[in-house]
Amino acid sequence: MQNIFEMKFLAISQNQAFARVCAAAFAAQLNPTLAELNEVKTAVSEAVTNAMIHGYGAGCDDEKWIYLRCQILDNEIWVEIEDKGMGINDIAAAREPLYTTKPDEERSGMGFTVMEEFMDEVVVHSALGEGTVVKMSKKITQ
Amino acid sequence: MKVTFVERNGNLVAKIRGEIDHHTAQNIKNSITNEFAKSNAKNIVFDFAHVSFMDSSGIGMVIGRYKELQKSGGRVFAINIGAEIGRIFEISGLKRIVPCFAGLDEIENNLGVGI
Ligand SMILES: Nc1ncnc2c1ncn2[C@@H]1O[C@H](COP(=O)(O)OP(=O)(O)OP(=O)(O)O)[C@@H](O)[C@H]1O
Ligand SMILES: [Mg+2]
Repeated sequence: MQNIFEMKFLAISQNQAFARVCAAAFAAQLNPTLAELNEVKTAVSEAVTNAMIHGYGAGCDDEKWIYLRCQILDNEIWVEIEDKGMGINDIAAAREPLYTTKPDEERSGMGFTVMEEFMDEVVVHSALGEGTVVKMSKKITQ
Repeated sequence: MKVTFVERNGNLVAKIRGEIDHHTAQNIKNSITNEFAKSNAKNIVFDFAHVSFMDSSGIGMVIGRYKELQKSGGRVFAINIGAEIGRIFEISGLKRIVPCFAGLDEIENNLGVGI
């Protein structure tokens, strides 16, 4: 099977639940277990939250779009989350457990670790001042 | 999202209903902090029985309460952790600093009443 889905939404926190539910509803076509579905949902939530709070920072703005692209390829779900925000300075450091640039805001630095744990593959592309793309895939057992 | 509270033997149980993400974590934090300040409790018990979703924003929120209570010698516990939130607790190492129990009775049985 092959299927593609794409959307963009404003980087406001009200859209966090909306975005992860959209990705999970799309992934549901592969008949995942509830656990697998929750893993996809949680990984998407991590990347979307990062785009909002790190990529774009605080404040609502009509120009702050987050892009969510999903693709089903055979029994694999691909998810891509993109922001056009500030970008990541050191990607390798950012992916380390407990690494956070916002410790004062009760962030634990575990977002990337959760994505890596719940998905098969996590690829990060980022350029300072241009934005960040997180691309993740997961094989669904059928 | 909604938080309701029960205080028993020095433990303030915060029953959270709904999803814990960045959008809701701040409100959950505020309502727990306010209720704890008004109470006579020493410890905080997070009840996850009705939490349908939690991401790393929840990890930060729980660790935040753990650090706060460390100053006053209080402790933070968790009860009714399901398989999914259990994995978040394990991955993040939260399990090592926030002991998980089946329920409030088990906490009291293990640690005594009025600690
Ligand atoms: N989209 C992004 N744009 C800019 N910086 C990012 C982005 N995503 C992640 N980062 C950087 O990578 C760091 C680590 O991200 P990670 O999600 O692992 O932890 P966190 O968001 O700081 O904390 P947590 O996810 O546990 O609440 C962030 O603190 C931030 O500096
Ligand atoms: Mg994060």
